[in-house]
Amino acid sequence: MTEHSAYTPYHPRWHRTRVSTYWWLGRGSYFLFILRELSSLAVAWFVIDLLVLVSAIAKGDAAYQQFLDWSGHPFVLALNIVSFAFVTLHAVTWFNLAPQAMVVKVAGKRVPGALIAGSNYAALAVVSLVILALLLTRW
Amino acid sequence: MYIRRPIEPFLWLLFSAGGVMAALFIPATLFLFGVAFPLGWLTPPPYDRLLAIVGYPLTRVLLFGLCSLSLFHGAHRFRYTLYDGLQIKHLNEVINSICYGGAVVGTLVAAYLLWIVP
Amino acid sequence: MGDHITLQVARYRPEKESDIRFEDFELPCPKEWVVLDGLNHIKDRMDGTLSFRWSCRMGICGSCGMLVNGEPKLTCATFLSDYAPGPVRVEPLRNFPVIRDLIVDIGDFMGKLTRIKPWIVRASEKPLSEGEYRQTPEELEDFKQFSMCINCMLCYSACPIYGLDPHFIGPAAIAVAQRYNLDSRDEGAAERMQILSQHDGIWGCTFVGECTKVCPKHVDPAGAIQRYKLQSALEWVKAFVLPRAAQ
Repeated sequence: MTEHSAYTPYHPRWHRTRVSTYWWLGRGSYFLFILRELSSLAVAWFVIDLLVLVSAIAKGDAAYQQFLDWSGHPFVLALNIVSFAFVTLHAVTWFNLAPQAMVVKVAGKRVPGALIAGSNYAALAVVSLVILALLLTRW
Repeated sequence: MYIRRPIEPFLWLLFSAGGVMAALFIPATLFLFGVAFPLGWLTPPPYDRLLAIVGYPLTRVLLFGLCSLSLFHGAHRFRYTLYDGLQIKHLNEVINSICYGGAVVGTLVAAYLLWIVP
Repeated sequence: MGDHITLQVARYRPEKESDIRFEDFELPCPKEWVVLDGLNHIKDRMDGTLSFRWSCRMGICGSCGMLVNGEPKLTCATFLSDYAPGPVRVEPLRNFPVIRDLIVDIGDFMGKLTRIKPWIVRASEKPLSEGEYRQTPEELEDFKQFSMCINCMLCYSACPIYGLDPHFIGPAAIAVAQRYNLDSRDEGAAERMQILSQHDGIWGCTFVGECTKVCPKHVDPAGAIQRYKLQSALEWVKAFVLPRAAQ
């Protein structure tokens, strides 16, 4: 019966609500989801910023100093601060969702989710320390 | 053998790899160059030091991988955000070309720039 | 204070009106009552024309799913006292066409469920003389979680992607497909992969995760879908790298 939904006088007139363009404002979890998805723009901006830096490095010391000054410009600084917040949101949601997305078995037993998320965060810590060490010291 | 949308699994793999790379490498780097150095909280590395790091072959490869995969990650995610957020899935050919096309262009630019670093 | 509560119930009578209206009903609220008890009280004592689905009233049949204050819930498992002093808004499940009052059409879901072949598919059956298909407890654990689905469709109601595109095959269908794919007795994984890899299959999912949040049986359809995406991607790589072996 439900495949043939052409309206007839004896067929119930079904009520269909159209999804609003602002559906994502209806629930906190939907809003957080859209913010998480918009972090993709922050990631893209970072790549652009990084390539501008690489280009400056390729040109020489003067260009590098110019890049550092430009990074201090209020508009660029604000953009980078906002992007950093979004990138952090991406990293946190990514690592927290990782255990749900994969089942890892060691010796026939399922690795607990907290361990998977934990090892991802540990990897983040290690990578970040290496980056900090490379850029802040002469190591 | 494969089914009607053979490219979708591959795009998802790029998205996943990009997501991992972005989550691991971007936070610290963006914090330093985007926030800490401009605000004067920390001292940026001198030019010769940064040149030595970036010029090192392994770093070039890593940075290329980071840029390219992050761009594909962002493109894939943004494509679906446009479908779901603005409900313009019917424009999918245009959206796909802009998103993935942009990622391809970015990848080529990254390759070129990382090649010409002395 | 604690002994009465107002239910704002959505009404839709296609023969009388063209839109959904809300009607208020004030009910007694004994502490052990669930929303379903409230609805039955309305139907028995206040307005016999109220239409809604229910059956087992113990959270196993999956018939009584509705929105309670905007959240997809089984009304037989949602206590009125948790919402005191109220009012409590009861509406039909989101993302489905409403036939009447609190009843939605579930034909779309039923069609999708059938599409993914929710049965053991075997290339060849064992003769009876060889006995039953044996399974270890570990093999059962692999798919047991996904077998808990009661087809209540709360996940479809929570999924914004399904709301935006009703062609999307949806969380429960994929979770049930995984229940069979991961069953050691089943040999139909390749067939289901064909069906689920189409444009309205798993790739529409963007891992919002709301389906898992509302599932009353802790099936975790979001996890099932992401794992399936990985499986599908690895199959793609295999087909790409070793085209003959993958056939």
